[in-house]
Amino acid sequence: MIRIISALCLMLAALPARAAVDIQEVTSPGGINAWLVESHEIPFVALEIRFQGGAGLDAPGKRGAINLMTGLLEEGAGDMDARAFATARDGLAARISFDVHNDALSVSAQFLTENRDQGVELLHLALTEPRFDDDAVERVRGQVLGGIRARQKDPDDIASDRFNALAFGDHPYGSDVNGTLDGVAALTRDDLIAAKDRVMARDRLFVSAVGDITAEELGALLDRLFDGLPETGAPMPGRADFALTGGIDVVPYDTPQSVVVFGHTGIPRDDPDFFAAYVLNSVLGGGGFSSRLMEEVREKRGLTYGIATYLYNLDHADMVLGKVASANNRVAEAIEVIRAEWARAATEGITEDELDTIKTYLTGSYPLRFDGNGPIANIMVGMQMEGLGLDYIATRNDKVNAVTLDDVRRVAARLLDADALHFVVVGQPEGLPGN
Amino acid sequence: MMRLSRLLVATCSLFLAGAGAGRADDVTSFTLDNGMQVVVIEDHRAPVVVHMVWYRVGSADEPPGKSGLAHFTEHLMFKGTDSFPEGAFSDLVEANGGSDNAFTSYDYTGYHQRVAADRLALMMEMEADRMTGLTLGEAEVLTERDVILEERNQRTENSPGALFTEQRNAVQYVNHPYGIPVIGWRAEMEGLTRADALEFYRRHYAPNNAILVVAGDVTPDDVRALADTYYGPIAPSDAVTPRARPQEPPQRAERRLTLADARVAQPYLVRSYLAPERDPGDQKTAAALVYLAELLGGEGATSLLGQKLMFEEPTALYTAAWYSGTSLDDTTFGMIVVPSPEVPLQEAEARMDAVIAEFMETGVDLALFESLKMQLRASNIYEKDSVAGLAQKYGQALAVGLTVEDVQAWPDVLQAVTPDDVMDAARMVFDRRASVTGWLVREETQ
Repeated sequence: MIRIISALCLMLAALPARAAVDIQEVTSPGGINAWLVESHEIPFVALEIRFQGGAGLDAPGKRGAINLMTGLLEEGAGDMDARAFATARDGLAARISFDVHNDALSVSAQFLTENRDQGVELLHLALTEPRFDDDAVERVRGQVLGGIRARQKDPDDIASDRFNALAFGDHPYGSDVNGTLDGVAALTRDDLIAAKDRVMARDRLFVSAVGDITAEELGALLDRLFDGLPETGAPMPGRADFALTGGIDVVPYDTPQSVVVFGHTGIPRDDPDFFAAYVLNSVLGGGGFSSRLMEEVREKRGLTYGIATYLYNLDHADMVLGKVASANNRVAEAIEVIRAEWARAATEGITEDELDTIKTYLTGSYPLRFDGNGPIANIMVGMQMEGLGLDYIATRNDKVNAVTLDDVRRVAARLLDADALHFVVVGQPEGLPGN
Repeated sequence: MMRLSRLLVATCSLFLAGAGAGRADDVTSFTLDNGMQVVVIEDHRAPVVVHMVWYRVGSADEPPGKSGLAHFTEHLMFKGTDSFPEGAFSDLVEANGGSDNAFTSYDYTGYHQRVAADRLALMMEMEADRMTGLTLGEAEVLTERDVILEERNQRTENSPGALFTEQRNAVQYVNHPYGIPVIGWRAEMEGLTRADALEFYRRHYAPNNAILVVAGDVTPDDVRALADTYYGPIAPSDAVTPRARPQEPPQRAERRLTLADARVAQPYLVRSYLAPERDPGDQKTAAALVYLAELLGGEGATSLLGQKLMFEEPTALYTAAWYSGTSLDDTTFGMIVVPSPEVPLQEAEARMDAVIAEFMETGVDLALFESLKMQLRASNIYEKDSVAGLAQKYGQALAVGLTVEDVQAWPDVLQAVTPDDVMDAARMVFDRRASVTGWLVREETQ
């Protein structure tokens, strides 16, 4: 034990590394804003683009349209069909990918410096002139339908889908972005064109760039890339009410290990106590191998391979969510332990030791995230979407350090409620009430 | 969930071997007096370091009847030593703002931490300490055995696709231990003991069976001094012997299997063939197979399988080919076809075979070949953005017996491949008698 103590003293004496990220705020001649970090060591640039709203902007009755549309952005644009587009992209060794979730449609692109302009032309075509050719629509539709069928058989997806449906009902958050088999089968080309205009507009655009590019070059790139996009899109969906109350839902499924998603309402990102809640969750279930739940459920009892909890902040809903998987005959015990730990944290908060340790971890690990063009671009676009300022990186650790034991106790009493926890269990669990 | 897991790696990625960038990599390597190999990769863009220790032992080195032991030992390495007892290892890494994890594969076991560069010494002190100082209590071993059984539940038992892979590998390798899953067969896992783990540990964990990779904001001189301080004093072990495993005999008869499971949403088929791996000083065939996999089943819109089965006559939702060349013994070349719902597997398989036959007739599409060459060259640039990825690349290669020179020559070997090389490799691999074909189908319930 003596060596541990001396080692601890040593590290507490050392200050955490500082993230040396020099962010420039760039406004293009055409008025598009972006955050830039110049880094000329490696001859490529990483771009992260977000259209806020994402699949949450699906029109009523058209669930899945934005997801299918997103899948078609790389399937032909301008005068190129899908194969010509892929051939052109690969010939430049450009990396372009599209994804969508309920709060944003994301575009990630990496271009070599040697042919960046050509890469930008390609991406511009994909963003502004996707073709939605019939054969491409049918091909991607088939893939999406395959994905939906797979979700219906995957215990993790079954658990998430059930939890979201119970929590959010008819709000877009209540259903999977892929849509349903019947709904996707019925989507038309016109639906896809309408879906694109709902989400891919300049009034909800966020951009970050990291790598071998100057501010001036980026300005010109931005104007070219987004030239021709509509100014405005569909209005954002309203607040999603969390309808779940405490309890256990079992979805019978013949598989040896039960998968569990659990949670209740959370705390908004801009709440004065958000950082206290973040610290609290990190101790309870978010901090890696040393969290209380990992200790109690995995290390002490061997009930699972992994358990984690998250402050899950969506644009229109806030939750505390957790996930665990345990053999059918042991999952009841896992749930019992989770509830007990939840109640203990709600009434007792955390200890001085835990607070000190987690602060050292959170403040020490933060600078380590900024270790590459790709990761930095991702972090920066996320910061913009959350409305965080340029100074956030420099002040974030101070906010963590400012959290006191009383802050955590106060937020624990307000946030954590073992009786409100709702568990969705997919499997053949033994010994659960209502089973 | 991944970030909370001690990882178990199933190596399978087309560009996994990637491509180094020769001199531009800023790589230095040397060997300590006790035989521990050291690789230093410099990247001073961020004050971060990745510290990895790779042991040249994996699941394919387990004694018979003890499947899962290498991975179990990896889990137990986090239990403690006299100096850092009872989970202190991960606690200390996290208290220093770092993250740590470990992984086990057929050929190696690796432990790694990612921390601020000024905490490297503590990582080395702890990692060196547990190379020989592991202590295990009977109770914690039994609890951890429950954890790996839950890991098997999560990764394999709950997934018909994973069960299918396990069964296919067992059919692919009738004599070589690559046919045994890294996580272990359940019944054997249930019997693993503290004594098994300690015996395995003492036999294989030693500086002369280990590779240290340090990547990030460090200098070779500093790493050498620290490595001498912390790893240097550990005596080499006589128990470490060259790895000689039962090898796969020539396959003379086609093998087929069908796994039926009610949880299958999407039936699919997989065809695989034994294929040579990258060997020290001899990577040409492996490089040609990298191209072959991309030509047949890389990008959906341009690869041959994609074009024929997804575009010209749409009968498949997804097609791909793989080749993972970084292994100690014979690896596999494989293809997967996920047919459209109305297309029977029999028809999908016939179409796949027709594509292979046509490819053997018409040969390499030169435009696509040049595009792949360009992409491989570009991957040398992109991969520099991830120092952890570079560390992984060197560690993995050295752990399967390749040298730093092999890793650095690999991009040039890839660039030197010709279409004729690809066809030679294809003729060697595509022998139907030496193939395994697996179907994963839905079991209809009453």
